[in-house]
Amino acid sequence: MNIGNLPFVVAALLVVFGIYTFLFKRNLIKLVIGVSLVETGVNLFLVTLGYRTGGIAPIWTFAPEAERMVLPTPQALTLTSIVIGLATTALLLSFAVFIHRHYGTLDVRKVKELRG
Amino acid sequence: MTALTNHAPVLLIAIPLLGAFAVPLIGKLGRTARNTFVGFIAAITAAFAGLLAASVFGQAGAPSLYVLGGHGFAVPLPSGMSVPIRILLEVDGMGAFMALITALITLTGAFFSFSYWKGRSGGTLFYSLLMLLTAGIFGMELTGDMFNFFVFLEVTSIAACGLIGFRVWLKTSQEAGFKVMALYTLSGLFVLLAVGLLYGQYGGLNIAYLAGALTGSTIDIVALGLLLTGLALKAGAVPLHMWAPDAYGEAPAPMSAVLVANSQASLYGLFRVLFTLFGLTISVAALGWILIVLALLTIFVGVTMALIQNDIKRLIAYGAVSQIGYMLLGVGVGLAVSVAKPDYGFVAMQGGIFHMLNDAACIGLLFFASGAIVRATGTRDLNRMGGLAHSMKWTSVLFLVGAFALAGVPPFNGFASKFLIYEASFKLSPFLAVIAILSSILLLAVFVKVFQAAFLGARQEGLGGEAPMGMMVPMVALALVVVAFGLFPGFFVDRIVTPAVNALWYGREAYIGLVLGGG
Repeated sequence: MNIGNLPFVVAALLVVFGIYTFLFKRNLIKLVIGVSLVETGVNLFLVTLGYRTGGIAPIWTFAPEAERMVLPTPQALTLTSIVIGLATTALLLSFAVFIHRHYGTLDVRKVKELRG
Repeated sequence: MTALTNHAPVLLIAIPLLGAFAVPLIGKLGRTARNTFVGFIAAITAAFAGLLAASVFGQAGAPSLYVLGGHGFAVPLPSGMSVPIRILLEVDGMGAFMALITALITLTGAFFSFSYWKGRSGGTLFYSLLMLLTAGIFGMELTGDMFNFFVFLEVTSIAACGLIGFRVWLKTSQEAGFKVMALYTLSGLFVLLAVGLLYGQYGGLNIAYLAGALTGSTIDIVALGLLLTGLALKAGAVPLHMWAPDAYGEAPAPMSAVLVANSQASLYGLFRVLFTLFGLTISVAALGWILIVLALLTIFVGVTMALIQNDIKRLIAYGAVSQIGYMLLGVGVGLAVSVAKPDYGFVAMQGGIFHMLNDAACIGLLFFASGAIVRATGTRDLNRMGGLAHSMKWTSVLFLVGAFALAGVPPFNGFASKFLIYEASFKLSPFLAVIAILSSILLLAVFVKVFQAAFLGARQEGLGGEAPMGMMVPMVALALVVVAFGLFPGFFVDRIVTPAVNALWYGREAYIGLVLGGG
């Protein structure tokens, strides 16, 4: 089945939803979810970039003759990006845990000792 | 010696990276062993940065290449290929210049920390993160590959936020850590999206290859917009500066200086993208004016926000934000006129680039001095300080040197670079120079206020004495840099700043040609 540009549209929507969540939600955990959504959108975009219709996994050993392969580089980029995303999400969530411990809330309107 | 110089680019990244993961192990042997190890790694890294700079500036800033995973470190294209597929480090005058700044700040920062961190817990984590941040900053400055740039950008983001927030018992550091990490992540994702857009069009990630292939299509412009937003955010330019005072203010004092070096590395990435990656494929005049507007906003907002602060570190942090504006102003003026390439455009660039080094030295000095003050008084509130000059004579002199340099008072180094920026931006439009000069005067007023509040007045009882020798030596070293660059600006501009500016202003073909051959 040919899905055309649909993955790109989905990726763009994910990025837009993520940025919306990041800008307009008040809960720290929801902000982390927003950041994660942007990240997922970017990762989906990268994977889609490398996709070729009907392509097989880019492994040369025992590859069938005259088959199309998807591009390997974007997959490598995506893997790296997922690992980095894991680290940033973990760090953000642990900050959220400590903020909750200190301030007793996750509401950004109440976590604002640093102003001006 | 040549072998060491040849391998210096990769060693600059590998040594601190190795150090970062070895510090927790060596920390088990005790504090002395750990500090000796950290000092050794920092010193050897700085020595390699000096070696690299000496070799690059010895060839007047011509780019040199380091290829990882090939059968020789100088062969960019595997036989029969026209696309560089390996991981490349490409160092030209600008990269070597940035490496010098990073080496200066991380070395003095590490040595300052030994004394600053004495008797406090968490030191091992702290040094580990410092080494990781050092490796990341060097990586950003030396890499010749857009995706590697993104990876190193994220390495610095994570390490920097670790340094801001690793003292989990402090309420405000957690708030700052969350805010900075969230914005850094977004900035990194913008960069990654732009890298994806460029890869999708040209099928390459190498900066030189992409620069040779770029056509200036609409998608390229979108990618440029994303890169500009992401890197300006990470550099702390207004209106994306809201994380910067929190980050610089809440990090431990010696690390605030390293965070400024990190912001400068993002600024370097921005300049690399504008001059080397895009060059003249886009309408540079419009972009130059965008940078100039960002610069004026940054200068103005930074200085006026510094005016109303009562927290000494937050005040210096806003001063640091405003200085990013001067760098952007110098380079923005250069970019705005880079089609015709008149003489004053080159001078503006010299001013902007020279100011990076000057700012690193004097902001570093100010943050170190603030660390010494906070250690002696136990508070960051300016209203609760006073009379420190009685007990801390040397610190007060050093603070004054840093403050005068930051505000651009002759004969200190801030004046040398700001004068070049005033002169050149005046030729483009007198209005720019007026804003820049007025803001500098305002900044001087701010620091006179700080000096009066913290150092002058009656002696207060119960304060600690003068900063210990371990803090004094790094501060004096930076003060010597400040004074030397202020007294002999011509000497340093000719030897290191001009090759760096040449690399951006004229060096695009050489940068591309080195990788693709012939160009």
